[in-house]
Amino acid sequence: MLCEECRKRPATVHITKIVNNAKTEMHLCQHCAQAKGELGVISPGAFTFQEFLTGMLQQVAAPSPSVGQTALPADCPNCGRTFNQIREKGQLGCSVCYDHFKDQIQPLLRRIQGTTSHAGKLPGVEGAALEQRRQIDALRDKQRAAISQEKYEEAAKLRDEIRGLEKRLKESKRQNQG
Amino acid sequence: MSVPEAVNNVVAKWMKGRGPDDEIVLGSRIRLARNVTKVPFPAAATEEQLGHVCEIAKSATADNKFNLDYFAMAHIPQLERELLVEKHLVSPQQIQNVHHKAVILRKDELVSIMVNEEDHLRIQSIYPGFQLDSAWEQCDQVDDVISERLEYAFSQGLGYLTACPTNVGTGLRASVMMHLPVLSITKQMQRVIPAVNKLGLAVRGLYGEGTEAVGSIYQVSNQLTLGHSEQEIIAHLETVARRIIEQEKEARQQILTMGKARLEDRTYRALGVLSQARVLSSQEAMQLLSEVWLGVDLGLIKELDAQILKSLVVLTRAAHLQKVGGKTMDTEERDVYRAELVREYIRSALMDIDA
Repeated sequence: MLCEECRKRPATVHITKIVNNAKTEMHLCQHCAQAKGELGVISPGAFTFQEFLTGMLQQVAAPSPSVGQTALPADCPNCGRTFNQIREKGQLGCSVCYDHFKDQIQPLLRRIQGTTSHAGKLPGVEGAALEQRRQIDALRDKQRAAISQEKYEEAAKLRDEIRGLEKRLKESKRQNQG
Repeated sequence: MSVPEAVNNVVAKWMKGRGPDDEIVLGSRIRLARNVTKVPFPAAATEEQLGHVCEIAKSATADNKFNLDYFAMAHIPQLERELLVEKHLVSPQQIQNVHHKAVILRKDELVSIMVNEEDHLRIQSIYPGFQLDSAWEQCDQVDDVISERLEYAFSQGLGYLTACPTNVGTGLRASVMMHLPVLSITKQMQRVIPAVNKLGLAVRGLYGEGTEAVGSIYQVSNQLTLGHSEQEIIAHLETVARRIIEQEKEARQQILTMGKARLEDRTYRALGVLSQARVLSSQEAMQLLSEVWLGVDLGLIKELDAQILKSLVVLTRAAHLQKVGGKTMDTEERDVYRAELVREYIRSALMDIDA
């Protein structure tokens, strides 16, 4: 086998890279491998997650001729970023971009992060309210489960708990508005 | 110059401190990426908008119980900036194009906030040894206070919105910095890294993305930020890091039973070079210090204390070295001074034992 880089010397260095489950193989001669910095555990030339992402963004968002691609989405109304700029940099322009380019960004997020729904902490005052709403949702699930298992006493307890939480949520909202 | 004094004045508190499993884990770090709603992210913002973010960040962190001080990067001398990078308090990117960038530091340097790096705010906390929970608690508290004083870019579905989609959601990057000499020497890291990657974690060198694992020091961190709570992400990293620590410990025992004489020879040779060399590059120093440190950890070298090696690993980095030497030096001068400092350090440590 000849070196993939110079196609002159025999390939003696065989590199398998696994980055985020994507496997790439390279077959190089000693000389080209050294030049490419592929020897050593983590070489400075190792490509970064950012570069990988930019590549993915270009793939995901590449116009597909078969669908009869419509025009690119309009520029972000808040920061003026064009979709091409985002695609080239692998970065969004502002928080509004996430909503404005939703159709392009959501599939990408699903692919890189495996999901599109946040499950972590919530900010400040609004966070407290959202947290309560989440608790209420969780209790409702429990209540439904209790009913389906005919545990009515437990379901009634849960109902009261939910009512209490809802009342508190309404009160805190009124306070914020007042 | 007295050596202990230099350590006290120059080395970051988290690097001097002790923590759980600190014979292998140097430090645990948590960082949260946060942005101000609607204001374009730093790379897309105008000068005016960047200045505005600085002002917001300054007032949001002023006069609170956290003892935070605001410094415009432009007002920090170049050597001090490099020192901040070596202390892992700011990223290498933060000291490039310093206009409209800032760092907010807690007096004890366990909490730092970068302003206008890739995101408007990067809140981070770093603790000695293996204690991600303490670092998370600090970050979480600072984040709560800031969130009451400015409106974060947040969407109910996607969570915290960040410049790069790889940080969306929690905006959390948790990382553990580990010294893994035997897994490195025995080339087992080549198997560990892909395995850890498969578990959704990244393995990097000392200074983050794209840097080399000099002196067998690696950083393991979470790759995904969306869909799991902060606690879940941290717990997952903890479990995997714990497994790597155990593997390194097992490998150390194995190498002790199978090749003690060779290992002893190797660590003492490293000590020999360090106590006699007249010119030491940063990379060579790191590699040799790592080997001597291993010898000390395994009880093969009884004359030195592990804390001395850890201090030297930090002090021999370029900016620390110049700070201790009290002047700027070019690479050649640094290599000579580095060898001098290491010799002096080791000699005085050995003398303490004789006395």
